[in-house]
Amino acid sequence: MLTAALAALLVVCVLSIAIGENLIGPAAVLRGLFAPPGSIEHNIVWASRVPRTVVGLVVGLALALAGGVIQALTRNPLADPGILGVNAGAAFVVAIGIAVLGVDRPIGYVWFALVGAAVTTVAVYAIGGGRGRATPVRLTLAGVALGAVLAGITQGITLLNPRAFDEFRAWSAGTLAGRYLDTVWQVLPFVVLGALLVAVLPRNLNGMAMGEDTATALGINVGRTRAGAVLAVTLLAGAATALAGPIAFVGLMVPHLARWLVGADQRWILAVSAVGGPMLVLLADVIGRVIIRPDEMPVSIVAAFVGAPVLIALVRRKGASGL
Amino acid sequence: MTVLPKPLAPHQPSSRSAHVRTRLVVTVLLVLAALVAIYLLGSGDVQVSPGNAIRAVFGAGDPADVLAVQQWRLPRVLSALLVGAMLGVAGAIFQSLTRNPLGSPDIIGFNTGAYTGALVVLLVTGSSAPLGVTAGALLGGLGTAVAVYLLAYRQGVQGFRLIIVGIALSAMLTAANSWLILKAELPQAIGAAQWGAGSLNDATWGSTLGVCVAAAVLLAPCLWATRPLRQLELGDDLAAALGLRVEPARRALLVLGVLLTAVSAASYGPIAFVALAAPQLARRLTSASGAGLGAAAAMGALVLLASDGLAQRLVTGGTLPAGVVTVCVGGLYLVWLLFREARRT
Repeated sequence: MLTAALAALLVVCVLSIAIGENLIGPAAVLRGLFAPPGSIEHNIVWASRVPRTVVGLVVGLALALAGGVIQALTRNPLADPGILGVNAGAAFVVAIGIAVLGVDRPIGYVWFALVGAAVTTVAVYAIGGGRGRATPVRLTLAGVALGAVLAGITQGITLLNPRAFDEFRAWSAGTLAGRYLDTVWQVLPFVVLGALLVAVLPRNLNGMAMGEDTATALGINVGRTRAGAVLAVTLLAGAATALAGPIAFVGLMVPHLARWLVGADQRWILAVSAVGGPMLVLLADVIGRVIIRPDEMPVSIVAAFVGAPVLIALVRRKGASGL
Repeated sequence: MTVLPKPLAPHQPSSRSAHVRTRLVVTVLLVLAALVAIYLLGSGDVQVSPGNAIRAVFGAGDPADVLAVQQWRLPRVLSALLVGAMLGVAGAIFQSLTRNPLGSPDIIGFNTGAYTGALVVLLVTGSSAPLGVTAGALLGGLGTAVAVYLLAYRQGVQGFRLIIVGIALSAMLTAANSWLILKAELPQAIGAAQWGAGSLNDATWGSTLGVCVAAAVLLAPCLWATRPLRQLELGDDLAAALGLRVEPARRALLVLGVLLTAVSAASYGPIAFVALAAPQLARRLTSASGAGLGAAAAMGALVLLASDGLAQRLVTGGTLPAGVVTVCVGGLYLVWLLFREARRT
């Protein structure tokens, strides 16, 4: 299963490099990848296509993993990485950066978004009760409440400032366009750290799925697991949002699909999500590039239109289970 | 506030004391709402003392006062109270039906669909006639709600499937909305976004009378709704064992919740967060375990009225939509309650 998924991901990667303003065949992609620097093929592939594919891979992986962890932690099917306030916090600080400090390049938003995401999640965690006391329901409500406050202020700021509104509407429709590898290098450490954290969590998350008391009885440190999960979500979702802007649907949908494919074991859910996330993001991005040429449709919008019908079709199947 | 929130842990106080407490909370909330209403009726460009404001509501006193209070302020205050109450009830119904604290009429896509409908009218056809926008919002919202219900239907509608179909369809519509906003000319886009936040700026007697009629028609069945809601909270099987016809009851409750939301969205735009926050806030104050429709209604009325008053005073000229403030006020209050709760346990 995982092998097939990885193979499919590889195909999507090649597609993502091959399809664009001018189409290049798979053979040419390979040639371009290994062509000497300076040739035209090398330039097209390495300067414009590969960076975008890498951004898509990183963003998809980060969002899907974050979504899987947060759904396991809160045991709420409505939970997405944004539920801890990550997106709202990032958007809030970006809006301030645009409206007050006059930042106007996507690259400039990266650190604003990261700081916003981190500070907000810490606040949500503290409001939710901190280590040992933050029950899933309270954490969820705290995230939604604080997220709503920040979103409201963001909306207020942008509605009263047309220039900020204009900049912000572009940022808030998440996109992979115009991102370069240097930006990826800036956020990659956060993604790697988050992914490593996720790698050690699944066993504990499996235990927590049976309820906190059972988990404690199994020798799992509930408080520490929760803190680790929150930290991982912040790192992953914060980095993804910093890199591409808010992309809401991927982190919500991919873990649901994964769970229906492989059952309730978090190890498998997260592994399949890690492959499925990049696949959805890259596929959506490729479609967005060709669907309304010469214009482009942002990846977040295409991802919703591609993913939602799949999600609906699957939930109507008999086996689709809750959390 | 003298009423202290109790821990979230679903404990069951003896039903009599819970009853007394709920009644107390509802009374306090209503008194607060009345005080805020009197303050809002009296303050503004024409200052009227509280006593005179109350007299002016009934048409007595200085004609200038009567004009300001009766014609300018009363419709807005009434609209805020009634729409807030209806949103609170709608939220309580949805949270109880889905047994999810994040449940709100939004999960069935109503507000998102209403926004799409309004955006299509405002940005694609380019008309900004209120009637057209209202029609677009209603069509979009109801169409979405029906689509979600039908797509989730499979020998009955189960809570989990409803949630998933709702978020999937909402995600698509949200994407469509942000695409429409992104591609529109800037001034039109801002105007549309303002509608999308929900604003009482355009409250007149015309729209308010519509809201009054809708409230009278829709809030009456809510007296009936409490019992089946309680039974459904026990789970479908137990509810059926108690003699409830589960699917028709659930469908009736969904329709009720959607219609309550529709009034707000059609009249003043989809005002966010009241439906989500009011039941949660009310529940924390009453420390009741189930859906307290009355408390949610009183809380919704108070939150929306106070938010609208703040929105008018924070930014003069009335460009700040009430929906922006409801989100902040309701959110901050919820944050504060959660914070206290966390410190107590």
